[in-house]
Amino acid sequence: MLELLWLIPILPFISFLVLVLIGSRLSRAGVATIGVGAIGISAVVSLLVGFSFMSSPPPGNAFSQTLWKWMEIGKFEPGITFHLDALSLLMILVVTVIGFLIHLYSTEYMIDEDGYSRFFAYMNLFIGSMLTLVLADNLILLYLGWEGVGLCSYLLIGFWYKDPANGLAARKAFTITRVGDTAMALGLFLLFANLGTLNLHGDGGILALAKSQWMEGSGLAVAAAALLLGGALGKSGQLPLQTWLPDAMAGPTPVSALIHAATMVTAGVYLIARTYVLFELAPSVQFAVALIGTITLFVAGCSALTQRDMKRVLAYSTISQIGYMFLALGVGAWSAAMFHFMTHAFFKALLFLGAGVVILALNHERDIFNMGGLWRELPVTSKTFVVGAAALAGFPFITAGFYSKDLILWKIWSAHQPWLYVVALGGALLTAIYSFRLVFIAFFGEMKSHVVKKPGALMKIPLTILAALAIIGGFFELPHAWGNWQPFSKFMESAFPLTAPVEHDGHSKVAAELTLQGIAIVVSIVGIALAYLFFLHNRASAEGIARSSLGSVVHRFWFAGWGFDWLYDKLFVQPVVWAARINKNDFIDFIYRLFAGIIKIFHVILCLTQTGRVRWYAVGIAFGAVVIVAIVVLS
Amino acid sequence: MASVSMEQGLILAGVLFALGLIGVLVRRNIIFILMSIEIMLNASGLAFVVAGSHQGAADGQVMFIFILTMAAAEVAVGLALVLQLYHRFKTLDVDAASRMRG
Repeated sequence: MLELLWLIPILPFISFLVLVLIGSRLSRAGVATIGVGAIGISAVVSLLVGFSFMSSPPPGNAFSQTLWKWMEIGKFEPGITFHLDALSLLMILVVTVIGFLIHLYSTEYMIDEDGYSRFFAYMNLFIGSMLTLVLADNLILLYLGWEGVGLCSYLLIGFWYKDPANGLAARKAFTITRVGDTAMALGLFLLFANLGTLNLHGDGGILALAKSQWMEGSGLAVAAAALLLGGALGKSGQLPLQTWLPDAMAGPTPVSALIHAATMVTAGVYLIARTYVLFELAPSVQFAVALIGTITLFVAGCSALTQRDMKRVLAYSTISQIGYMFLALGVGAWSAAMFHFMTHAFFKALLFLGAGVVILALNHERDIFNMGGLWRELPVTSKTFVVGAAALAGFPFITAGFYSKDLILWKIWSAHQPWLYVVALGGALLTAIYSFRLVFIAFFGEMKSHVVKKPGALMKIPLTILAALAIIGGFFELPHAWGNWQPFSKFMESAFPLTAPVEHDGHSKVAAELTLQGIAIVVSIVGIALAYLFFLHNRASAEGIARSSLGSVVHRFWFAGWGFDWLYDKLFVQPVVWAARINKNDFIDFIYRLFAGIIKIFHVILCLTQTGRVRWYAVGIAFGAVVIVAIVVLS
Repeated sequence: MASVSMEQGLILAGVLFALGLIGVLVRRNIIFILMSIEIMLNASGLAFVVAGSHQGAADGQVMFIFILTMAAAEVAVGLALVLQLYHRFKTLDVDAASRMRG
């Protein structure tokens, strides 16, 4: 069964080619069948492969499949090789299953749009690239997938290309992630120059080589890890490269759900988890990961609290949640990060798809203050949205978000990082407030807009499935204190080293964990209660705070995403524009234009002899003849 | 009869050729241009005759006969052109026919 692995990434590529070549001649039903069918088969194959992998694990808990040798340049011979272990299995399952649900949803969401086949072609290309990224056995193939998803992100943010603002958002996303990608490319060069290979796994792979050749904390290890971290920051929208993600909401909502929430933006998390050995060798960089994640989750949480655009709230919450994953990676809680990745993919895809239904129902209205009272009009959507928001807020006991966030918080505490823990807890409070602010403003209260379009079955089914996943997804990893049932961590252990458990006295450990859980539960409930107080019960008080002199300054500051856009505009964009304006008449070109000018002068002079008078030509001939004869005779 | 040296003959031919060339270059009347061409042809013919007599061979004079026939043919064509030019432009000025510049 494992031999079918190659089918998983290939199928979306084939479907992409079909749609690109003949998509415009197919009916919408035909396009949907091909586009969704390919991902569906891919998901089924992934499930089969996953089942086979788990029921009879291959030797070494990893399976490699080489399709062909990509190129051969001296000793550098990367192959088109797919590598399946617990980490990549989790990734392909999430990508294909959630991707399939979102494709299914898109068939209805996009039905009235032009460029139906173009949309599905891009989406399939994205899934193919993402699968290449996560299955790649060497970093160069991973980089191919990495750039592939970046390209698809660009294409899909600018999907409605007729509005120049969308094109601008697409270019912004592409340019800012390019900053990170450049750092990552330099990291690859550094690794290749020092280790002579870019293969990840096996005895000759960079993970094993780095472990045996580099000292912990050595300059090379720090540089390599820092450069890879740069790439991860760009792709995952972490400080300081996060500004592209809120603007990426210009694309269609299923794109936001698939690319900018559930899968692509977690590529950075995957990269760090995949090369965890390098980060363990560079403790300073690993701490930087934790620190960046912490700052990001707090900064983005504050911004999410003030946004009016439904999708921008979710975008900032995505940045914030990925901050939690980075924080977990930074304290070495690899499997906790991947667990939060999985649950986050479930509930964030759910929230985005729910937001898509609302936006479509209200005729592309995205301002939450023009919504309200949708609870009765859109019952299924509202219920699933509340489930998603509860999972995001970490509502205790039943939602997946509670278990994954709690695990991360517990790991931070165990890693003796009380300050990071406090900020993360503050972030959790913010998360609970902004997620239920969204729910209370958009779905409760009085109605402000009329519903013009109700979702059909193709949109409700993915919502329901994702809502179910957002609840049961958490039960794969119960805390030590209750049940100690942890199949997820056990499974992930084959890909990661077990994070060194901090040995407490057994009894006090359980007590500590229970205390921390109590705090987390209280924080979540308090957040939801605050949201109820300010945004449903007595909205005037929230507006009063926002309107007070200090409040309005803070509100504007947070609304603008802490002014990063302003800062980058002043620091980078304007100097470049200024330099471009100064150097409009390219200085280097001046030299060449000088040569051209001289030649032009000769041209003008010679043109004067071209009079059309034959007798002047005859004079020329005669004069020339005399000169030549004189030379011959006199010399 | 005082014999003429070859140098004197060739100088005469050169002077004649130069006069003809100057005529071609400076005159605007097409009749005069044709006459100047004739002078140039005859100058070269003279050079042939002088060179032939210097070598004591008849070749130079034979060549002059060729030049004479060719000149006759050239005059026939030239005069036909002169007539056409006059019909078209009502003048004998060659510059009037320089519409096809370049």
